[in-house]
Amino acid sequence: MAAEPLPELAAVHWRPRADARRLDRTGLMWSATTVAHVVPFIAAGVVLFLVQPLALPVSLASLAHAWVIPELYAQRGANVVRPKVGRAPADAEARSVGLLGDLVGHEVRALHARTGLILERGRLGAWLVGPAGALLVRPGGHRVVCYCVGVNDPALPSGDRIAHLLLALRADEEGFATVANVAFSGAPWRVRRRLAAAQRPALEAGRACARRLDTMAMP
Amino acid sequence: MSRLIRMDHTGHTTLAQWTADDQEAVEAAVAAFREELDRGYFAMVSTGEGHAEQVRELPVGAELVIMRLPISGG
Repeated sequence: MAAEPLPELAAVHWRPRADARRLDRTGLMWSATTVAHVVPFIAAGVVLFLVQPLALPVSLASLAHAWVIPELYAQRGANVVRPKVGRAPADAEARSVGLLGDLVGHEVRALHARTGLILERGRLGAWLVGPAGALLVRPGGHRVVCYCVGVNDPALPSGDRIAHLLLALRADEEGFATVANVAFSGAPWRVRRRLAAAQRPALEAGRACARRLDTMAMP
Repeated sequence: MSRLIRMDHTGHTTLAQWTADDQEAVEAAVAAFREELDRGYFAMVSTGEGHAEQVRELPVGAELVIMRLPISGG
């Protein structure tokens, strides 16, 4: 339990506090929603073709919908850590990254240099924190939750933006997951292929960390 | 030497530096700390690997106190 909940929780007082069970439930809801989107379009596409083969173009359009809709959701998830060109001067970026480096260990610093994401082990899973969002790989590594969250000051350099999120996460992990908006929850492979190539090793590192968390949680 | 820093558009700015036995420097740091709180910043100190804590009074014994802005869902 955190010593003190994040003060930002007051701005989202109607939200129930996130915890592992609630995250599992949210994940199931996302999976159910995906199935609910995909199955009717596939069924419609197949049935249409069987009933009237000349309706093949319509069948194909229906199948395309079944493919595109989950892809769009996964894209939305990957977008939370999509690299953006910063507005801050280069020296400010360097100073902010220096401060961020002081907050993490050598391996995490090296991963950030390669991918732009900070790996942080938490109770809810392995977090990958970027300047405007975070990915949470749940213990076991079979599900990733994408959060859109940030600090509302566009002039801040990227290292500082990450440090803001990292400090809040470390102070109150469940509060952090409550304040942040869920953009996607699903299988890591769905997000991975939508990530920038340079960021994919971070997701792999997050999954490896999450698998170790799962092992540690076992009796 | 303890430091009070604020994350800002320059990367970060050192607002105060002090040692616990330098009363004048501590008072200056406390004044700077309160000024940042009044501006809407939150103060954070690291409390071990992977842990941080929000503080409302300047922890004189802390090595590094970082002022951050509120976060919100995007």
